[in-house]
Amino acid sequence: MRVRVDATRCQGHNRCHALAPELFDVDEMGNARERGDGTVPPGLEDSARLAIANCPEYAVWIVEDAS
Amino acid sequence: MTGTRDWATDFDHADPAYNANAHAIWADLRGRCPVAHSSAYGGTWLPVRHDDVRAIAYDTDHFSSEGVVVSTTKAEGTAPYGGAPPITADPPAHHDARRILLPAFAPKVVAALEPGVRALCRGLLDRMGDASVVDGAVDYAQHIPPHVIAGMLGFPQADAERFRGFVHDVLEGIDRTPEDREAAFLHLDAYLRDQIDEHLARPREDLTSQLLATEVDGVPVSRQQVHGTILLLLIAGIDTTWSGIGSALWHLAAHPADLARLVAEPALIDRAIEELLRAYAPVTMARIVKQEAVVGGCTMKPRDWVLLPFPAANRDPAAFERADEVILDRAENRHAAFGLGIHRCVGSNLARLEMKVAVQEFVARFPEFVLADPSAVTWSVGQVRGPRRLPIRIARRA
Repeated sequence: MRVRVDATRCQGHNRCHALAPELFDVDEMGNARERGDGTVPPGLEDSARLAIANCPEYAVWIVEDAS
Repeated sequence: MTGTRDWATDFDHADPAYNANAHAIWADLRGRCPVAHSSAYGGTWLPVRHDDVRAIAYDTDHFSSEGVVVSTTKAEGTAPYGGAPPITADPPAHHDARRILLPAFAPKVVAALEPGVRALCRGLLDRMGDASVVDGAVDYAQHIPPHVIAGMLGFPQADAERFRGFVHDVLEGIDRTPEDREAAFLHLDAYLRDQIDEHLARPREDLTSQLLATEVDGVPVSRQQVHGTILLLLIAGIDTTWSGIGSALWHLAAHPADLARLVAEPALIDRAIEELLRAYAPVTMARIVKQEAVVGGCTMKPRDWVLLPFPAANRDPAAFERADEVILDRAENRHAAFGLGIHRCVGSNLARLEMKVAVQEFVARFPEFVLADPSAVTWSVGQVRGPRRLPIRIARRA
């Protein structure tokens, strides 16, 4: 499982970073992006789903692995 | 209990009955007339469905932010920045007007303010002494944001109480004559001019000095723009957060089971604050129609006012399960308390911090409390909704 922040939709509500700091970071403007390539380590799947379910802008997505 | 007015055709958000009965009014309108209209203020629309509020918030082509307070004064010709950028700016000017402000309110910067906010809250609780009845709005909530913003801007802490007067004039005095409103603005402008002069003469480590020294692409930001930006911070960060804190305390005082649960499960605080923000979102924004638009079957004409009641959107059952219930541990919560789209409240991280700390500290000090007299609770008027008198009887002290 991988997560991705759509930078064109993110408005800096900071919900994903607050709920899953292991998966999301924020820049100096307060806008979010996924850490690394967005891979969700085992055990953090629920955090990822919470981050997605709390973004008011629908800016956080799950990217299905191609493999 | 929504009064004698027909809110679908004759609403006025300056009528104290509006905020006092807001949830019932919105539910009624949602069921029969999803977009209300009133001739007040030269023609004003009130959509109450989540989808309509959302669509307007994203549509900067048809709806301008030049005016965001529906009142007897309607801005005209103040583009591109408007009187209080970035909230009054439309694209493309909005982008740079917002960029100069965002770093000061980024999550990591705001997190560093927590010890100061906590000390402020504890000091206010200390001042209550042994009183058996305290006012959660007058003795507590209303003092927190003015002192925090005075600290950030580097304005005298002694002036913090004056800020409430400015906010009252701008946001509650919406139905005064245009002349009276202009006079109030002159008063506020004179105050800001003095503060800016003082900071230019003696720059220091605060947000005012920082904004005055800001450049965008090598060009200094104009004093006029900085003035408007500081005006925004002073007006937008005070009664909004004070209302959020007050509504949270009102809910807990009126719902003993939720208070008991929060006391027993302090780790719930983050979800609880989000849920209280959803259910009691303080801020309704506004737009001025720029190009004719059809919303919910209603044709909105250029220069019409449109209220954007994010609090009504947050209670739309089409968008939220059990929308009218407060569920402290609600897991999925895409609420719009801080707006949607490019005008997301720039101070949302700070507002959340103040709300969380204020509620945590109040509950830690007073683990049991109830409304002393529900009929004595009063609510603000206008686009910011929260309790202004909130007598609370302390049932148990920590």
